Amino acid sequence: MTLQTRSRIFVFVFSFFIWVALTSIKDGQEVVAGLIVAFIVSSLAGEFLITSEKKQHVVRRYCSALKYFIKFLWEMTKANLHVAFIVIHPYLPIRPGIVKIKTRLTKDSALTVLTNSITLTPGTLTVDINPEKNEIYVHCIEVLSSDIKENTRTIGGKFEKLLTEVFE
Amino acid sequence: MTREFVGMFFIMLGIMFDFFGVLGLVRLPDIYNRLQAATKCVTFGSIGVLFGVFIIQGFNNFGFKALLGIVFIFLTSPVAAHAIARAAHRSGVKLTPGSVVDQYQDDRELKE
Repeated sequence: MTLQTRSRIFVFVFSFFIWVALTSIKDGQEVVAGLIVAFIVSSLAGEFLITSEKKQHVVRRYCSALKYFIKFLWEMTKANLHVAFIVIHPYLPIRPGIVKIKTRLTKDSALTVLTNSITLTPGTLTVDINPEKNEIYVHCIEVLSSDIKENTRTIGGKFEKLLTEVFE
Repeated sequence: MTREFVGMFFIMLGIMFDFFGVLGLVRLPDIYNRLQAATKCVTFGSIGVLFGVFIIQGFNNFGFKALLGIVFIFLTSPVAAHAIARAAHRSGVKLTPGSVVDQYQDDRELKE
């Protein structure tokens, strides 16, 4: 089986499952409608979900994904408390600026998840990405240093290792 | 009874963080800092509200819609923030005068 067919079948099953969960099914009509919609979705956009063979075993990948998710939730809670503190502080203690960080990830999906995580974690917001040089421009609400290596370690480093395990 | 209590707790937490986000929108100086407040607090707040609805409703199709809403907010809100920030920077919106460093601007000037 080629990779594209596998991806299509996965998307079909997944979208049909979501349809079933969203409509509390009462008769056969809804099942048929769901099958048709799932088929259209999977034939139009199904091939984009799985694009390459993974090196790691699937169980290990899901374990890393779970670990990543828990870490991410923790970082996100910290981010919110941090921003809330800044906002209610009478003097607004901010030192804003845009810094550049390097990343080792190359795949689009991994980069998307990494940049989204950076946006949702303490004091950082992804502004732009340079895919040729693997650089991400990040707006920080409190710039600690302008050194690229230092910033790479503090901003992207905490997610990068886990994400390599999930997406490779 | 406990379920309602926990759900209400999450909804209240969410509304509180939504309030902080809006306060940040008013108080912080420029568009980038405002986006910081808007994305983080409003994402967390909306997720809190939706999660509270999910806990009160449980696994019926109403609660599942709330869960799906959480997933979509997680996916779309950072992307929207990124698009706004990038567009603002490209159309020349300056950072607030107290800013320390702007390596994005430096790199773009080098390229041109």
